[in-house]
Amino acid sequence: MAAGVAVVNARDATNPRRFNNTAFWGIYAVTFLVGSYLSDLASGFLVIAMVLVASIRGLGQGVVKVSRDEEAASARRWGNKLFIPALTIPVLTVLGTFTLKRIEVGGSPLVDVRQVTVISLAIATLIALAIGMAMLRPPLLAPIREARRLLDAIGWAAVLPQMLAALGALFAIAGVGTVVSELATQWLPLGSPFAVVTTYAIGMAVFTMIMGNAFAAFPVMTAGIGLPLIVQKFGGDPTIMAAIGMLAGFCGTLMTPMAANFNIVPVALLELPDENAVIKVQIPTALLLLGCNILLMNFFVFRN
Amino acid sequence: MDLPSGYVAGITPYADFVLPLIGIVVVVVGFVLRVNPLLVVTVAGLATGVASGLNLLEVIAAFGKAFITSRYVGIVWLVLPVIGLLEHAGLRERARAVISGFRAATTSKVLLAYFAVRQVTSALGLTSLGGHAQMVRPLIAPMAEAAAENTYGDLPQNTRYRIRAHCSAADNIALFFGEDIFIAIGSILLIRGFLDQNGIQVEPAQLAIWAIPTAICAFVIHCTRLFLLERSLRAEISARETPNP
Repeated sequence: MAAGVAVVNARDATNPRRFNNTAFWGIYAVTFLVGSYLSDLASGFLVIAMVLVASIRGLGQGVVKVSRDEEAASARRWGNKLFIPALTIPVLTVLGTFTLKRIEVGGSPLVDVRQVTVISLAIATLIALAIGMAMLRPPLLAPIREARRLLDAIGWAAVLPQMLAALGALFAIAGVGTVVSELATQWLPLGSPFAVVTTYAIGMAVFTMIMGNAFAAFPVMTAGIGLPLIVQKFGGDPTIMAAIGMLAGFCGTLMTPMAANFNIVPVALLELPDENAVIKVQIPTALLLLGCNILLMNFFVFRN
Repeated sequence: MDLPSGYVAGITPYADFVLPLIGIVVVVVGFVLRVNPLLVVTVAGLATGVASGLNLLEVIAAFGKAFITSRYVGIVWLVLPVIGLLEHAGLRERARAVISGFRAATTSKVLLAYFAVRQVTSALGLTSLGGHAQMVRPLIAPMAEAAAENTYGDLPQNTRYRIRAHCSAADNIALFFGEDIFIAIGSILLIRGFLDQNGIQVEPAQLAIWAIPTAICAFVIHCTRLFLLERSLRAEISARETPNP
């Protein structure tokens, strides 16, 4: 499955526009293709090499001739049929997530349950590609050429989510979360129920902004502030606290460049000049909603 | 979560205790100075590892291992060949044409419709029905732009950028505050697992129900903003068209 992505990237690398692009996508392809066989240290050095290539001279982007007239003519020719392969991807992914979970081989599930969505997406994409190729009959290498056009437009942002996941893992090894929650309990006002709820919700949002992921913030904040203070000291309901606390974290996700696949990748995909364009649009909703979460939690969590 | 290896409660000085936070400082400073984020993240990772008492080679190995184990994140790029192929065949033009056919379509209405559908389908567990690479770039953004062209004619480039950013924001917000209503989603399972470890049993259905008030707030807040967006776009464009005296 990973080989599919690797082939695309490898083909990218065989048709270089510039040396840096070749090296960058080449190394990325290697981590995909043989990543399981590399020693940890070797893959660490590969990642660092990739980062240096991307940051020292930057990645280039070739001049692509996109003719809107040509696209418009083709759009008239194919009409609404063009939507078929495009909508195949989401529809089949959804079907896949429901069916793949049920298929068992020798008593254990065929695919890892946590990866079901990703695997379904990969299969749906391959089927959509087959439909698209059969319908449009483009040259055989066209999908790879098109993929390179888009990947070059996205550039280094394509690898950022994976790098941030790795950073999160290092934060966990170093115990960053424990340090932050200890500091928070030492320095923040935690005297009244309302102050504790407010600190917990804002803490979830801020910590999510730092880690880029509410899933990383939740155990830390809940163990540090939520359970000992809201639940044990003030008798709050753990279900309500956890449900709304997680959503307060999601407000943080909307406001941070660390959540790259939601906030930075679309900027690249939509070719926006301002790296923070999506975040700026989201901030008002995120802040208002964080306020709502604080009030909701304060209102409901101590009902009993 | 493990304590940093150099930390022994009450013995190690305070400075040592907060040292692992150096990674956060690097990230904040790096993003503010707009250094290449890949470089920022790498330096932050190395600094955090070293500060917590590992030697440099151990840190590099840990970083490499974590990078390799999160490879599945890259699978989303597999859609690019299909999307690129279809774009070349005129998919975005077609999406524009469909919207141009509806004279009544405005940017606000297109985004409101997408937001509502995305939030409701996410709440039913159909989170893969959207996405930036699969839906927003090829379909939603061209539709929202075409709707604005319907209303205002040719658009300034900055207005196009603003509309596109709103398309991505609608996708994110609808997803985040819809998916938690579905009981088998990752975050609900995580909450349940974590509380279970701490000796508290909760029902996934209860967690999902308590996601509903926030989901309603998100819907009201963001739909109001999308509704007001139309007015703001009109003001932006007429300000452009009336030259200063």
